[in-house]
Amino acid sequence: MNHIGAIIRRELHSYFATPIAYVFIVIFLVMSGVFAFYFGSLYERGQADLLPFFNYHPWLYLFLVPAVAMRIWSEERNSGNIELLMTLPVKRLTWVLGKFLAAWLFVGLALLLTFPIVISINYLGDPDNGVIVASYMGSFLLAGAFLAIGSCLSAATKNQVIAFILTVVICFLFLLSGFPMVLAFFKLFLPQFMVDVVASTSFLSHYTSITKGVLDLGDLGYFALTIGVWLYATVLVVDMKKGD
Amino acid sequence: MIECSHLSKHFGDVKAVDDLSFTAHKGQVLGFLGPNGAGKSTTMKMITGFLPATSGNIKVCGIDLAEDSLAVKNKIGYLPEGAPSYHEMQVGPFLQFTARMRNIPSARQQAAVDSVVARLNLNHVYYQKIDTLSKGFKRRVGLAQAIIHDPEVLIMDEPTDGLDPNQKHQVRELITAMSKNKTIILSTHILEEVHAVCDRAIIIARGAIVADNTPTEMEKMSRYHHAVSFVADLNTELLNKIKHLDCVRDVTYNARLKETTVFPSQGLFIFDEISAVLKREGVQVMSLKMEAGRLDEVFRNITQPIQKQEAAI
Repeated sequence: MNHIGAIIRRELHSYFATPIAYVFIVIFLVMSGVFAFYFGSLYERGQADLLPFFNYHPWLYLFLVPAVAMRIWSEERNSGNIELLMTLPVKRLTWVLGKFLAAWLFVGLALLLTFPIVISINYLGDPDNGVIVASYMGSFLLAGAFLAIGSCLSAATKNQVIAFILTVVICFLFLLSGFPMVLAFFKLFLPQFMVDVVASTSFLSHYTSITKGVLDLGDLGYFALTIGVWLYATVLVVDMKKGD
Repeated sequence: MIECSHLSKHFGDVKAVDDLSFTAHKGQVLGFLGPNGAGKSTTMKMITGFLPATSGNIKVCGIDLAEDSLAVKNKIGYLPEGAPSYHEMQVGPFLQFTARMRNIPSARQQAAVDSVVARLNLNHVYYQKIDTLSKGFKRRVGLAQAIIHDPEVLIMDEPTDGLDPNQKHQVRELITAMSKNKTIILSTHILEEVHAVCDRAIIIARGAIVADNTPTEMEKMSRYHHAVSFVADLNTELLNKIKHLDCVRDVTYNARLKETTVFPSQGLFIFDEISAVLKREGVQVMSLKMEAGRLDEVFRNITQPIQKQEAAI
C-alpha cells in the first residue's frame, strides 16, 4: 500500500513537472465547453440538464486520454528506467496499479475542474443533480476504461506515437460497437441476441445508460471488469516486453 | 553471497549466456570483463531479477531467486547500464522515492538519503533536475539510488563509464570502502579499473567464462610478466647484445617512446641482469622498471581468438 501511494505521488508529480498536465487540462476544459455549448446547444435547448455536455465526453476522451496513457509504460521502456523499476522489491501489479491510478486521478482532476458548468446550470434552472453526479461517475469510469486500454498498449511498444494510435483505434472500436449505425449493420445478418451481445460490449451504450441517471450494477460492473481485464493484460505485457 | 549455477539465457537462437557458473563471496569485488555483447549485462540482469533465466539457478544470500524474487531484490542494489533515472525529477525527491520503494522505514528514509547524498557529494545538486546534470553527476545519482538501502549485494554495470579521471577515482574509492561487508559485482571495459578495485576477475566471451582469477594471477599469463622495460637511447649493436643473452627470449623497441622491452625466457627473473648490462655498457637510462604483466594483452589474447572464430562462422 505504501508503495502504491509512493508511485501515485511520483507519477502525479511528474505530470505537473512537465507541460503535459497543463496542456491536457486546458484543452480538455476548453473543448468540453466548446462541444457542450456550440455543438450540443446546451444553452439554446432551454433544458436544465447537462446531457449535451456529457454526450461529447466519449469523443473528447477518444483523443485526449490516449495522449495521457501513451507515456505510462513506453516512456519507461524507452528511457531504460524499466530496468530500475523492475529490480526494486515491488510487485509488477503494484506498478501497473499505481501508474494507472495516478493517470486516472489526473483525468479525474481535469473532470472535476469542469464544475463551473454545474454551477451555471443550477443558476439557470433546476436540474436533477442526481443525474449529474451519476453522469460524472459514468464519465470517470469511461476515462478509466480508456486509460486501462492505453496502459496495456503503451506497455507493448517503446514508441509513444504507436501507442497513441493503437489506443485511439482500440478505444474507437469499443465505442463504436454500440453505435446505431454499426448495430443496424449487424442486424442485417445477425439474430437479435447476437446484436445485443455486440451492443453490450460497447462503452457507449453503458455510458449513455449511466448518463441517463440509471446507475445500474451491470454498467458499473462492466466498466470495472473492463478495467480489470486490461490492467491484468498490462501486467502480462510489461513482463513479456520489459527486456526488449 | 551470489551463487550462479549453469545459468543460460537464449534470445531466440542466440545464446547470450551459455551455462555460466560462479560463486561470489562476501567481501569480494568481482569484475566482469569481456568484449561488447559477451553476456556481461545479461548475466547481471538475470541476477537482479530483471530478466528470467532460460535455465539454471541463482541464489543471492542463500535465497533462491526463482522462489522469492522480492526477497532477493531487497538484498540487491543495482546500477543499470547508463544509470537510468527519472529525468524530470530533482535529485533529492528521486532519492526519497527510491528510499520509500526500497522499504526503508519512513523514520529512517531522510537519514538514508542524507547519507548517500553526502557520500556521493550530491549536496549542491540536491534540488536540481536530474535532466540538467552532467553525465558524471547522473552516474552518481544512479550509484546513490543503488546503495541507499545499504544492500548486501551490489551490482553495477559499467559504474565509471563516462566519468572524468577524478570522478573515476572517487567512485573506485567508494567501491573499495564498501567492499568489506558486501558482495560486489561490476562490469567494466577499463582494465586498469580491475586492478584498482577488483580482487577477482572473470572474463566472459560468447556467454561463457573463459578466465576466472585474481587480477595479479591473470597478469602472470601475460608475456609482459616480469619483462623489463627501460627508456634510453640505444644502438642496434647493444640491442642485439641484449637479445642474445641466454635469459632473454625477445626484445621490442618502441622508437617513438624510445622504450625497450626485454622479455625473459620462460619464468626467469631478469631485472638484475638487464640493469647490470646497462650499467656495464654505460647507457644513460631515463627509467627502468619491471612489468607485472599487462591485463589488456591477456584480455586480447583470451577473447580475440573467440571473436575471430565467431567471425568465421
